[in-house]
Amino acid sequence: MINHFDPRQHSSSVEYNKDLGTPFPASAADAALVSLNIDGVTISVPEGTSVLRAAALADINIPKLCATDSLEPFGSCRLCAVQVEGRRGMPAACTTPVAEGMKVTTQNERLAKLRRNVMELYISDHPLDCLTCPANGDCELQDMAGSVGLREVRYGFEGENHLEAAKDETNPYFSFDPSKCIVCSRCVRACEEVQGTFALTIDGRGFESKVSAGQADSFMDSDCVSCGACVQACPTATLMEKSVIDHGVPEHSVVTTCAYCGVGCSFEAQMKGDQLVRMVPYKGGDANHGHSCVKGRFAFGYATHPDRLTSPMVRDSIDQPWREVSWEEAIGFAASRLKAIQAKHGRESIGGITSSRCTNEETYLVQKLIRAAFGNNNTDTCARVCHSPTGYGLKTTLGESAGTQTFDSVMKADAIIVIGANPTDAHPVFGSLMRKRLRQGAKLIVADPRHIDLLKTPHMSSAQHLPLRPGTNVALINALGHVVVTEGLEDKAFVEKRCDTEAYHRWRAFISEPRHSPEASAEITGVPAEAVRQAARTYAKAANGAIYYGLGVTEHSQGSTMVMGIANLAMATGNIGREGVGVNPLRGQNNVQGSCDMGSFPHELPGYQHVADPIARGRFESVWGVKLDDEPGLRIPNMFDAAIEGTFKALYVQGEDIAQSDPNTQHVEAALTSLDCLIVQDIFLNETAKFAHVLLPGSSFLEKNGTFTNAERRINRVRKVMPALAGKEDWEVTQDLANALGYPMYYTHPSEIMDEIAQLTPSFAGVSYAKLEERGSLQWPCNAEYPLGMPTMHEVDFPIGLGRFAITEYVATEERANRRFPLLLTTGRILSQYNVGAQTRRTDNQRWHDEDVLELHPSDAELRGVRDGDWLGITSRSGQTVLRARLSERMQPGVVYTTFHHPGSGANVITTDNSDWATNCPEYKVTAVQVEKVSQPSAWQQRFNTFDLIQRDHLAKANQEAP
Amino acid sequence: MSTRIFVPRDTTALSLGADAVANRLEKELDARGQSISLVRNGSRGLAWLEPLVEVETPIGRFAYGPVTVNDVSALLDSGLLEGNVSHPLALGPTEEIDYLARQQRLTFARIGITDPLSIEDYRAHIGFSGLETALQREPQDIVEEVKASGLRGRGGAAFPTGIKWQTVLDTPADQKYIVCNADEGDSGTFADRLVMECDPYMLIEGMAIAGLAVQATQGYIYLRSEYPLAKEVLDEAIARAEQAGYLGDNLRGSGRDFHLEVRLGAGAYICGEETSLLESLEGKRGLVRFKPPLPAIEGLFGRPTVVNNVLSLAAVPFILAEGAEAYATHGMGRSRGTLALQLAGNVKHGGLVELAFGTTLRTLMETFGGGTLSGKPLRAVQVGGPLGAYLPESQWDLPLDYEAFAAESAVLGHGGVVMFDESVDMAEQARFSMEFCKVESCGKCTPCRIGSTRGVEVIDRIRANQNREANLALLHDLCETMVDGSLCAMGGMTPFPVQSALAHFPDDFQRTANGDNS
Repeated sequence: MINHFDPRQHSSSVEYNKDLGTPFPASAADAALVSLNIDGVTISVPEGTSVLRAAALADINIPKLCATDSLEPFGSCRLCAVQVEGRRGMPAACTTPVAEGMKVTTQNERLAKLRRNVMELYISDHPLDCLTCPANGDCELQDMAGSVGLREVRYGFEGENHLEAAKDETNPYFSFDPSKCIVCSRCVRACEEVQGTFALTIDGRGFESKVSAGQADSFMDSDCVSCGACVQACPTATLMEKSVIDHGVPEHSVVTTCAYCGVGCSFEAQMKGDQLVRMVPYKGGDANHGHSCVKGRFAFGYATHPDRLTSPMVRDSIDQPWREVSWEEAIGFAASRLKAIQAKHGRESIGGITSSRCTNEETYLVQKLIRAAFGNNNTDTCARVCHSPTGYGLKTTLGESAGTQTFDSVMKADAIIVIGANPTDAHPVFGSLMRKRLRQGAKLIVADPRHIDLLKTPHMSSAQHLPLRPGTNVALINALGHVVVTEGLEDKAFVEKRCDTEAYHRWRAFISEPRHSPEASAEITGVPAEAVRQAARTYAKAANGAIYYGLGVTEHSQGSTMVMGIANLAMATGNIGREGVGVNPLRGQNNVQGSCDMGSFPHELPGYQHVADPIARGRFESVWGVKLDDEPGLRIPNMFDAAIEGTFKALYVQGEDIAQSDPNTQHVEAALTSLDCLIVQDIFLNETAKFAHVLLPGSSFLEKNGTFTNAERRINRVRKVMPALAGKEDWEVTQDLANALGYPMYYTHPSEIMDEIAQLTPSFAGVSYAKLEERGSLQWPCNAEYPLGMPTMHEVDFPIGLGRFAITEYVATEERANRRFPLLLTTGRILSQYNVGAQTRRTDNQRWHDEDVLELHPSDAELRGVRDGDWLGITSRSGQTVLRARLSERMQPGVVYTTFHHPGSGANVITTDNSDWATNCPEYKVTAVQVEKVSQPSAWQQRFNTFDLIQRDHLAKANQEAP
Repeated sequence: MSTRIFVPRDTTALSLGADAVANRLEKELDARGQSISLVRNGSRGLAWLEPLVEVETPIGRFAYGPVTVNDVSALLDSGLLEGNVSHPLALGPTEEIDYLARQQRLTFARIGITDPLSIEDYRAHIGFSGLETALQREPQDIVEEVKASGLRGRGGAAFPTGIKWQTVLDTPADQKYIVCNADEGDSGTFADRLVMECDPYMLIEGMAIAGLAVQATQGYIYLRSEYPLAKEVLDEAIARAEQAGYLGDNLRGSGRDFHLEVRLGAGAYICGEETSLLESLEGKRGLVRFKPPLPAIEGLFGRPTVVNNVLSLAAVPFILAEGAEAYATHGMGRSRGTLALQLAGNVKHGGLVELAFGTTLRTLMETFGGGTLSGKPLRAVQVGGPLGAYLPESQWDLPLDYEAFAAESAVLGHGGVVMFDESVDMAEQARFSMEFCKVESCGKCTPCRIGSTRGVEVIDRIRANQNREANLALLHDLCETMVDGSLCAMGGMTPFPVQSALAHFPDDFQRTANGDNS
């Protein structure tokens, strides 16, 4: 069954589907109310509101074309002309602010004539092909022509016009048809105000004015990042999704949550029956407020890609072809194998990995299956390899394993530090919000080995780059802390009131030592001391200083130390506990926060309750009806090691591709090959599945109900818009497996799983589907004390009472450049591809990035005689792979960079099994390598290609044999 | 001391061969063994007499013009250096030339008299005494003085300058700006250029006073790129004024600062519209902004900004030096002081005429202009640039007064007066108005962007006698739509010349394009 969600029935105050014409005025939050009279109706609105918006709020709908409430007013179309008593002329309602006692007339003969005559001008340069136009039925120009009563175009159609203007079809997802353009500039303004890319402009002037991508480039060749904001803003068919051109206007829509990054954007899945026509960012989405990126907006084609697995499959060994079987047989096969292995090798010999891409409910169920049905704590999740240090570091210092703010908080930040994160690529919608704040004048400090695009934000006022050497984060954060303390920039009142005094004094003495000064650490970090001092001052002196960080902080041997160092800095400067400040991890995957919250880690039950805690464990035991192990289980790397040793024999992996994403690929492959039973539940034959014995087809986010929790702890609803391709949602499969193993589960809907989560997890106590429907989203903790959730954490106190400063001694990683491996490799993401690429590689996003390349500084290239496009062998102590070279000034000399979106790239063949001392989060960000020109793929790549072909063939055989 | 001879070097004189005349003079005098001192002064504004050569004699300056290279020898032979008046080009004492003597020159009192770049010369002619006065005053007192003078914006909108300044003074900000609109683009206008080329310190002084009045420390002159000489002169004048302490930090030791820079426009008429100008000055496309917010509150880079025309700012030093009363005694009604009119088009005596408000248009065109250059009867005149109405003879007795003109849907604008003789086809002129708008529209608002193109087409159809009545009705509708619906004066005023041509010269629209009445 498809759930139809109509926010109009649920939202009490705001109507998100109505365009009020101009945005909620920035100054209005605490502005006085102003009363005015519009067409005889008296309405009170905050000062600064436009007449257009005030009228719309009173349900008086003034015609408009260039105005839309996602953009600042522009005043160009002149359709919203009104008359104001005592004022001359016919001002535009969109640009006229309300005033006390104002009397506005929106409809009379003169206004009607003006509007009709303006519309007549528009239509004199517009094709009359409404019936065959892709926007037919979804066109504001058409609506307005109807609204103003245009009946004839006296100018005729022989005059000068743009009707023959050529289309630009270069973008794979939308077309640009300038013959339909009314030059309202909504696209240009959206590109500037909403997205912040400034790729679009109006070229020429007067009648020659036309929308142009860059300087007469095609959309594809321009700076356009295909976020879709322009398409969203276009009131006509000028910028139109190709899917709508192909299929027609959707007939119903369902609000759901994007399954890409940790921003957690809300989208309207616009449907024709069970066919998804387009994803449109939902204005009522609390994380994205109607904005999107190229992935969430357009790259959903993978959900219906022919590669989708549609039937369960089994095989006895990985050199055999797959056999398509029924769900019953597959589940039975898996259960009997697991039981047999446990019987032979012991209870601890099996385990599972939960998915940060699946819903909270599904993740909860997998860990419950492991703890209750497997009877051990051998559960882990991919957060192990990304944000586990965040959990550890923030819990230790602030008492809670999560970011402290909402995304919107950045709009109140005055200084923003971004460390080891690349928001414009990896968290694009939040990156756009941050850029908006930077354009408003907030100061930016970026600590990153690379010159990331955020540093090239157009129209930002001030930016500082601290280009540190990979692996020296802790030395840098200590230097920043040193400056704060020794230059008297601390917020002493905050520290005194909110932090543990003893821990603080210990830290203060530690950080004041001259060895932490910027001058002393410059040699380690490579960052000039004065730049560090300036940055520390900028952050500490700002009224509101906010820190955002990503995997460039956590994926290090000292990831947890660095997270604590960040928390120290925020506490020392009093930048915790209100809007505009905070410590903000940018989460990589859609539900990585949720998978951590849901007890995926071997040592923690849902809600970060330690397995050794008898009271917490007792609650779970009584509800789950089983005795639980009080010892933490194996982490992912431990599982691999144990598998190779022969003590760990079976693994259930839901929606994670460890063979591609985890470090030291050859080690992972060895571990997977050692398993007697690998059960993979995924929507595609991913790299891990090629080593599997049981293949359980997963369901995409469009095919199930549930919730995702984003990087700001926001629990968003995922709603089913189409039936599961293979007949089962992921939680149903886990439930079947539990039942087959003899542990009963009887959920009929994910909402029942959420009810159980709420029952057992204090921070989720107040969460229910009913409340989510009502509120749209909730930020945990949500409980009796905070029934509507907690947008900003630690306002009054910390969950541990007082904040705890931690000692953050810098210890250099063992992975360092030497004569043999003189370069440092660091890895990351690119905008168009997502993580292991399983989804995005099966979309037209390939057009932007169809292979991973090795970026290196021209001077490093010159030393080695490397030219752009050459094949480069990259060798570390773990392995070797081959990628094409791309020369880039973004890099600093001595540092090279690649992405891991394509399995054949083998980026993780090179990464080592070094890891964070506290959490085993791999040190992806530092690998000492050498590069040299080569002429053929690496040995691993050749093996990979052969294995890949064989496994594809095994899958193809199963499909052929299917009835 | 050797005799001083003056040969102007403003753009008008140069284009008429002033450099060649100056060179020839020097060469001839050298050959004759006579030593003189050649001064390259500014123009007196008597364009029809340029190059106007002046000689300083014990009884004052004597004028000769228009002088060509070929006249030089004969002029010297006939006693030029002594002020001899026997040569046909001799005009007698300069100050007694009727065209000049009949004017009330307050703003243009110095032009043509001084060496434009000589600070000593400027000071010798009461230059910088307005600024010295202002430096002794509180900002509010300066604003009061300007208010009392009755000065209104000379760019065309005629908004009271003092009130604009008051708004900027009253708006608190960390930075305020003075922006001089020197994007002089109206047809037949050149008064701004004369100020900048012939008396640049007057503008500098006016801007510095404005800065003191509203507490702005930075000024920009937005200069049209077609005025390279003005740029050269201003840049040099700014450098010299800085050296002399009239610009920069700590003006004349007062502890107050005012910095000034010239910025070149990029060749768009619309950038003379103040909000487009600000966009352009910020480095963006010259696109009109909606108002409110007024530039006085959110102007350049979002800060409170005075945007004034060259002539408004140039009037300020006089007001401060001589007092508001001295300025306000001139004029009529609410139009106080003087207006710089620029006679152009089909005119016999083109040039700059500064008059107190109140003179009639007819006096201006006949007494000063001397009728048409062609000698044919005058038929129409366009006052106030390409957006100004065409006035038929019945309106020539209008006094030059903002309100009197407004009452007739006409404008004084920036003082451009373009005259047409009886051979003019007013339907073609109406078409030109729409075409001008089509070429120069910024393209932001629909009535102007599409309306101007349609306007040309509709007028073409009328002139081609296609469906005449319906198209005339459509043209009226279009004009109304542009007036009511346009975002700025460009689209909002383009219909004025069209409507006036339709109203006063309807017969011209009854002819086909090849001249036949149909």
